Amino acid sequence: MNIFKKTILTIFASLLLTTNVIADKVKIGTEGAYPPWNSKDSAGNLIGFEVDLANELCKIMGHECTIVEQDWDGMIPALLMRKFDAIMAGMSITAERQKVITFSQGYADEVAQLAVMKGSSLESMDTPSGINLSLGGSDVKKALKTLTSSLAGKTVCVQTATIHQNFLDSGDVGSVKVRTYKTQDEVNLDLTAGRCDAALAAAVAFTDYAEKSGEAVVLVGPTFSGGAFGNGVGVGIRQGGDDAIGTRDAKLLKDFNKAIDKARKQGIISKLAIKHFGFDASM
Amino acid sequence: MDIDLMITSLPKLLNATLVTLKLLSASLFFGLFIGLFFAILRVAKNRFLNIFSYSFSYLFRGTPLLVQIFIIYFGLGQIDYLKTTFLWSILKEPYWCAIIAFSLNTGAYTSEILRSAFETIKKGYIEAGKSLGLKYSTIFYKIHIPIAVKQSLPAYGNEIILMMKGTSLASTVTLLDLTGVAKYIISTTFKPIEVFIVAGGIYLIMTFIFHNIIKYLEKKFSYQ
Repeated sequence: MNIFKKTILTIFASLLLTTNVIADKVKIGTEGAYPPWNSKDSAGNLIGFEVDLANELCKIMGHECTIVEQDWDGMIPALLMRKFDAIMAGMSITAERQKVITFSQGYADEVAQLAVMKGSSLESMDTPSGINLSLGGSDVKKALKTLTSSLAGKTVCVQTATIHQNFLDSGDVGSVKVRTYKTQDEVNLDLTAGRCDAALAAAVAFTDYAEKSGEAVVLVGPTFSGGAFGNGVGVGIRQGGDDAIGTRDAKLLKDFNKAIDKARKQGIISKLAIKHFGFDASM
Repeated sequence: MDIDLMITSLPKLLNATLVTLKLLSASLFFGLFIGLFFAILRVAKNRFLNIFSYSFSYLFRGTPLLVQIFIIYFGLGQIDYLKTTFLWSILKEPYWCAIIAFSLNTGAYTSEILRSAFETIKKGYIEAGKSLGLKYSTIFYKIHIPIAVKQSLPAYGNEIILMMKGTSLASTVTLLDLTGVAKYIISTTFKPIEVFIVAGGIYLIMTFIFHNIIKYLEKKFSYQ
């Protein structure tokens, strides 16, 4: 009987120990399908700006991290269901997402832009080179008006659950036909197939695709920022709470914010951004 | 549980159910003709036609529906030559790509269901028809079809229900069917459980209705 008790106790003790070990490990979710932010190499390993950055931030925080893959459309639900502890997936900080999760400070900024196939009538659109929707003003209004008339009746393709979809759904550019896809890859495929008159995503997602595929994809219209496009890309974390996991989440948020400060000061973010984007997208 | 979300998303999901039903009815309509065509080839007394029909059914029953819809939608979209033909006006639309994939898939299963139904017809019935001096086409409509319909109803009812669930794959090629709209609502609310429970409930209700229609027809066509 004694041995029996002992065994049970040892099993319980080891279970408790393992949970502690797991609790110290930080799991980071990424999509692995949004180059150059995050993607996979031919062997299936996760690579990209955010994978490198996540490893650097974990080193600074002193946490042991594992990076796991998650489909984009289930990213926030998976975080809420505690499949992982943080999101680093080119996710912009928006008011809509902040209703359900919280974000660290931004670590990089992306501008969104429309892309078309070479020869499209949209190439002649006359707009300023960039508009910030948060600033507003007559320039922005004029640009949105031009976009509304140019895109009228056109099919614009976007990845689902993105700031780009939110922008098109917001009605700022009239009632375009929006087609949503599970991945950016599929958006690119259908743009080149000719099923989309235009596509909207991070400008780097298109330049990266054009470069790798050799397809004649060109950027048109203004670069978009602010408003529905949010305030940069940050680490998504569950909103803290009073229970054990809640306090741990709140601590993780602090850790990430500190680590991002440090990485920024040491020039790590800039260096990684230049390596993956070809320009300094850090913020 | 966010009951409010379940209630507010219900009208949107019911609206999307119409798209699902449209996809289903169009696919079953075309699929029935495709199935009948290949079933006839399969029981024909010509080895080449038999092999052709068998290959068709083997190809579409042996590969996942998701792969088929992806090949038809994304795969054919890669062939530049197609874009110069009139076919592109059809293949350009995700709606038609989905219907083509679903029709071919259900057509393959239907051809097997009908083939086995044809094979259960006893030789004596057909000989009786022949001895009455009936034309082959009359024998086909008056003997083959009624027996085949009765024999294949239970299996075909299953196929309808399988196909109804299969239409959820339309959402992978941008269509806003029941599953597509459910995913769309989730993408803005981040609450998959509530929305999928409502969508799943609608699928269950549809299954219930189809099941009972088939059961009624089975009774009607039985000899007793």
